[in-house]
Amino acid sequence: MQETNTVKILRFHPEKCIGCLSCEKACSKVHFKTEEGGENSAIHIIKKNETFEMNVCDQRGLCLDMCPVGALARNKKGIVILDVKRCIGCQACVAFCPINAMRKSSKRIEPFKCISCGACVRACPEGALELVETPIKDIRKVVYHKQGA
Amino acid sequence: MVEGQIPIQEYQTGNTKHTWNIEKLLSAHKKLSEHSYTKGIVEKGYANRTLYVNLTTGEIKEKNVSEDMKHLFTGGRGFGLKLLWDSIKPTTRWNSEENELIITTGPLCGITQYPGSGKSLCLTVSPSTNIICDSNVGGFFGPYLKFAGFDALEIQGKAKKDVVIVIDGETGTVSIESAPLEETNSHLLSEQLTHIYASEDSDVSRQKVSIVSAGTGAEHSYWGCMNFSFYDIRRKVPRLKQAGRGGLGTVLRDKHVKAIVVKVETIDGVSNHPVDPDTLAMVGTKIHREIRDLDRFQCNMRSVGTAHLAEIMDAYDLLPTENYRFGSFPKAPRIYSPEFYKLFTKIIPDGCWHGCTMACAKTVDGYTVMTGPYKGQKVTVDGPEYETVGCGSNMSLWDPLWILEFNFYCDTYGIDTISAGTAIAYYMEMYEYGILNKERCDGLELCFGNGEAVLELLHRIAKGDTGEFIQTAAKGIRRVKDWLKKKNWGEPYLIEECGMESKGLEYSEYVTKESLAMQGGYGLTLKGPQHDEAWLIFMDMVNNQIPTFQDKAEALHYFPMWRTWFGLNGLCKLPWNDIEPENNAETDEPAKVPEHVQNYVDLFTAVTGVKVDKNELINQSERCYNWQRATNVWLGRGTRKDDWIPYRSMGPVTPLEYGSRMQRYDDQLVEKLGLKKEEVEKMSIEERIKELYRYRQDQYQKLADAVYYRRGWTPNGIPTPQKMKSLGFTDKKMLSMLQKKIDEDEKNGLNKWCGTYRGKEKPPSDIPRYWEKW
Repeated sequence: MQETNTVKILRFHPEKCIGCLSCEKACSKVHFKTEEGGENSAIHIIKKNETFEMNVCDQRGLCLDMCPVGALARNKKGIVILDVKRCIGCQACVAFCPINAMRKSSKRIEPFKCISCGACVRACPEGALELVETPIKDIRKVVYHKQGA
Repeated sequence: MVEGQIPIQEYQTGNTKHTWNIEKLLSAHKKLSEHSYTKGIVEKGYANRTLYVNLTTGEIKEKNVSEDMKHLFTGGRGFGLKLLWDSIKPTTRWNSEENELIITTGPLCGITQYPGSGKSLCLTVSPSTNIICDSNVGGFFGPYLKFAGFDALEIQGKAKKDVVIVIDGETGTVSIESAPLEETNSHLLSEQLTHIYASEDSDVSRQKVSIVSAGTGAEHSYWGCMNFSFYDIRRKVPRLKQAGRGGLGTVLRDKHVKAIVVKVETIDGVSNHPVDPDTLAMVGTKIHREIRDLDRFQCNMRSVGTAHLAEIMDAYDLLPTENYRFGSFPKAPRIYSPEFYKLFTKIIPDGCWHGCTMACAKTVDGYTVMTGPYKGQKVTVDGPEYETVGCGSNMSLWDPLWILEFNFYCDTYGIDTISAGTAIAYYMEMYEYGILNKERCDGLELCFGNGEAVLELLHRIAKGDTGEFIQTAAKGIRRVKDWLKKKNWGEPYLIEECGMESKGLEYSEYVTKESLAMQGGYGLTLKGPQHDEAWLIFMDMVNNQIPTFQDKAEALHYFPMWRTWFGLNGLCKLPWNDIEPENNAETDEPAKVPEHVQNYVDLFTAVTGVKVDKNELINQSERCYNWQRATNVWLGRGTRKDDWIPYRSMGPVTPLEYGSRMQRYDDQLVEKLGLKKEEVEKMSIEERIKELYRYRQDQYQKLADAVYYRRGWTPNGIPTPQKMKSLGFTDKKMLSMLQKKIDEDEKNGLNKWCGTYRGKEKPPSDIPRYWEKW
């Protein structure tokens, strides 16, 4: 399916962020047609001391090898996409994501994640977010499999 | 292959590919009977009906599940026990017309959020034991059976020729079809049927089909297992999990069932329609993360499955070697889990049900078969699990490839690796003593370590060889003991005490000589010596947490009840204590893993909406546990004499064994029996063995006394009507049957304690017929 060696991932410029959460609202609109943000948003902006941090999927794809039904795959643009129709809601990808970027909303059993659609980038009034083309080999991660600590 | 992120469609195993003429196979099918049903939805974990199929008459019908049945029997194995009680007679044997083969699910079966939630529970009157045997198994069949509309499947009668039973949850039909052309052996048959019954030629469709089958070995032995398939979209083969114990596959083939097929229309994360999916997701995510963070420091289930136990058992003198004579062996490191890790396929998800992140179902892909009808082909071998590795050490096979070969053929022939491995190990010991020899073994040189002879035995069994030894051997240790004694080929003591069976069922792979509680865990059981009721060796022997008879009895009450609970709900036991929370050791009762017990309380309520606490979970089990014991009594067993275990499981039978652990046994003669050191030194090895034998046999009887009392039974091991009533049972047939048996025991003087109590020692109760005071 994948036809590219690069993938667009989000880059965050905390110095520009004002914490308005427009990105989260835009994201939850994409996923759940609501502007609630928060648990319904794939991007999370977290206030930390005087600055902000972003938590979002970086398309590393560790979850691809966790899905028992093949509901997770990279699309032509290299983006890791969850096929909700195939997903059986087991939460394996949610729990095994090392950066907790696969999300579960109480709106449905199937999780959701950042699809690099750019809605948050467009929604940000300060230009604190951008999509950056990144080589997949630089971010690719494989689920831990070795025997022993 | 250790490279991750391979797109599913590009994944390769290197297996030999087959092409099947599906149309030809299907055109030979003839529908013998058909039943249409209204597709329902599963509500709060229950489909609320069961499916009955009679192969003799062709009758197919639905039975309602009442609220009362759910309350008393919970589901899964409990439903199976109730359905059997209503259908069989005290005279029913494994091959009787009315014997049933039952596959059940359970209310939590099929949830995807918590690891180990896809178990089927299978029951029948066993050829090995003549009582009910229950066996749990992974694979997709159980969840799919429920999502197709049924909490249980009940098969009675016998077909005249080979049939497949097809439960089509897509169209809402159940049919019995003749199936003359398909293969019988499971790795091929399940592949053919998966392709035949998948709605579309796609992996997604094939994943919605599950097949139950047993091969030609199940037809010709009492060791028949049932293979439950789960189609692997990466490996593109239906993989197999086994309902191994007690000859269920033998009964399946005796009924001329070639396979049972189930197909679902859809499946999602809430197919059970739980009342509270958020809690399921929350509790599930919590344990998935424990597995993610801790498994590699605890059991390594994700990398090597249960095979990790080989090195632990060897270290603690518990790995059965040369028919349980020894608990460790210098060659054992050759079959430690790192050797299998080298062979296992890595990285991809290996749960036998969706969402199981414990993922212990390991495979060796592209394995080149070394012997028999599939020699030279490349196949996927499911396993080996610890038990199969233990069979290897028991038969003194120290080459991982021979263990894989044994594993592959046992599976595809539909033979239980445990029963076969334990039995062959016994035959090998008899061979060593000259009680058996090449001539008596129909030309097989069945000495320890001869992998080729082991496989040749399996091939000949599967072919239906009529040799006297092959025929007897395939019926298991109990029948071979009787045969050897009848032939007068050896000392009855050796023949009887070396063979590791109880109730007619072969032991699973742990040495129990130094743990009295574990001897009880194997002997004081419902179906026979299987470690699924209790595994107390570490609590008892290593950590000394249950020193008194009363402590041991409490453990032999709690743990069998707790472990029974998984079977009532369609769950796997492994995620309970093969992963533990980081702070588990600091809790009040680490052996119970309290946090995980609470997880199960939460899961049960989240699915069914019924508010429970941890005590109620034990009550649910106690009802079914006692019901099963009572059914054993009804079938003419289920008494103290049926809980007999061979001395090989209690102590050293032979001078060789005594000598191998001389210091240990000599010390015990001094410390536990009160003999003087000088006295012991003057005794011959045979005399020392005898002294220890007397002592340990008495210990076992005292344990049985304490356990029966704790469980609410008579001294002869009969569940009392008083106990049954306190559990909520009012079935008059059951209560009067038990009373009658107790009265008979009274007449025959069997209502008495069997331990020898001296000095300050006291039996569990001084009151005659104490249960009448309850």
